[in-house]
Amino acid sequence: MLNAILVGILETVYMTVVSTIFAYVIGLPLGVILYVTDKGGTHPILWLNRVIGFIVNFLRSVPFIILLVWVMPITRAIVGTTIGSTAVIVPLVIAAAPFIARMVESSLKEVDLGIIEAAQSMGASSFQLIYKVLIPEAKPSLLVGSAIAITTILGYSALAGTVGGGGLGALAYNYGYIRRDEDVLLVTVILLVIVVQIFQEVGMLIAKKADKRVK
Amino acid sequence: MSDEIIRVEELNKTFTGKSGTIVALDGVNLSIRRGEIFGIIGLSGAGKSTLVRCINFLERPTSGRVLFQGRDLAELKPRELLLARQSMGMIFQGFNLLSQRNALQNICFPMEIAGVPRADAKKRANELLELVGLSDRADAYPSQMSGGQKQRIAIARALSTSPSVLLCDEATSALDPNTTRQILELLKHINKALGITVVMITHEMKVIETICNRVAVIDESHIVEMGEVKDIFIRPQSKIAKQLIFPQGDDAPNISKAGKRSLRLVFDGTSAFEPIISQMTLDCRAAVNILAANTKNVDGKTYGQMVIQLPEDEVSAARIEAYLKDRSIFFKEEVPENAECDTGRYS
Repeated sequence: MLNAILVGILETVYMTVVSTIFAYVIGLPLGVILYVTDKGGTHPILWLNRVIGFIVNFLRSVPFIILLVWVMPITRAIVGTTIGSTAVIVPLVIAAAPFIARMVESSLKEVDLGIIEAAQSMGASSFQLIYKVLIPEAKPSLLVGSAIAITTILGYSALAGTVGGGGLGALAYNYGYIRRDEDVLLVTVILLVIVVQIFQEVGMLIAKKADKRVK
Repeated sequence: MSDEIIRVEELNKTFTGKSGTIVALDGVNLSIRRGEIFGIIGLSGAGKSTLVRCINFLERPTSGRVLFQGRDLAELKPRELLLARQSMGMIFQGFNLLSQRNALQNICFPMEIAGVPRADAKKRANELLELVGLSDRADAYPSQMSGGQKQRIAIARALSTSPSVLLCDEATSALDPNTTRQILELLKHINKALGITVVMITHEMKVIETICNRVAVIDESHIVEMGEVKDIFIRPQSKIAKQLIFPQGDDAPNISKAGKRSLRLVFDGTSAFEPIISQMTLDCRAAVNILAANTKNVDGKTYGQMVIQLPEDEVSAARIEAYLKDRSIFFKEEVPENAECDTGRYS
């Protein structure tokens, strides 16, 4: 049993971390595009903003448990199976990327417009504006966002346990719910709380360390 | 016109919003000479910030032309426009430093954009830190600096790519009077030492009189007056210029009840600041009565007007007039506006 719990923890961390990385690979550029193409952005392209905005809102409004089943064909095409921890990464990324895109967009909106104007007055190109001004200036806020994102993804990953995913969620579902073993249920819940706390606290600490505004 | 660096021709800028069209600038013409400190003064909402943003094309004019070093900015390719902006530094009321970079890194920022090698950039940044007197603050982040220090870093940053123009948008408006004075001195020093043209946008007459050579007065989207600072100080024509120069509302000194003969003296800055009046009373051995005075010190010279009352004794009065002529101080006899009332009272 102890072994199963250990494996559960590792699987949960694996799913969460890998999904978060992939979700950021997609969500970060999307968030940047949403910000710069918006009306009043540094490079307004309204139709593109609307299209991406619609897709993001659409994916965010589909409940995760439905998305999980719905994207199974895509999961099978990419991973080759719909069962196990690796397979769950696909729906996790699809669910988390739009959420991350919106969080990135809101972090970038916090950047002082005067700083952007100053960079423009120095002749910065749109691309330089993004990677030299917007992202570095929003870094503390982006890090706070990633702490929130990673804990949200962890919560989603537990849900995936019900349809064949791995990790602590599967453990809680299989032992706690199906077999009515309340001790296992309690232990997994406590472990999930601890893992979430660690991710959250470490994330906030890094964000605080990175912020040069408060000393 | 080889000494002209910026030329603005028939510039119009309108903003279209939900509440209709707002005219920010209407038929603005300007010519700014290389190496001068040119002031643009106006009340808030007059359009001066829009004007300065049209000069580096942060705002595209609705119509009209902006020529920088003889080239029409509207005709430049996007890449060329970015390069043109690199030769125009800009500083702001809110400093706009990158909050996540320290002073040195902030100064390096425009050079990174321009593609200056890192080692060269760092060397130049250190020189500029010295120029603005903050060598010891290289590692400080903006949140650790005072307003004056931040503006110094912003100035150093704006100078890092060796621009030929420095645009200052209300650069001292967020600073206390003492810090304002120091920043203005620094700007003056930079103007003299580096020969950089400075364009000052401000709503404070004090800023104009302290450092500017020429000034344009902007009101309700129009340039209402433009010329040498001293000329505008001596004879402000427009209502807004009078209001800015004499905020208390007192126009040039006006005397209504001058019983004896009185003279209006005009100081136009040609005579260096010296105790003219006390010297005059000593030399002529005659006391004069100062009825009104409104003089200002600009650049160590006296500008303004003063009304003095001559002694009744004709000989002394003649001596004083001769003295003033001798010192080439312009004066004219003051005719009391409501002389009739005065006579009535005297009889």
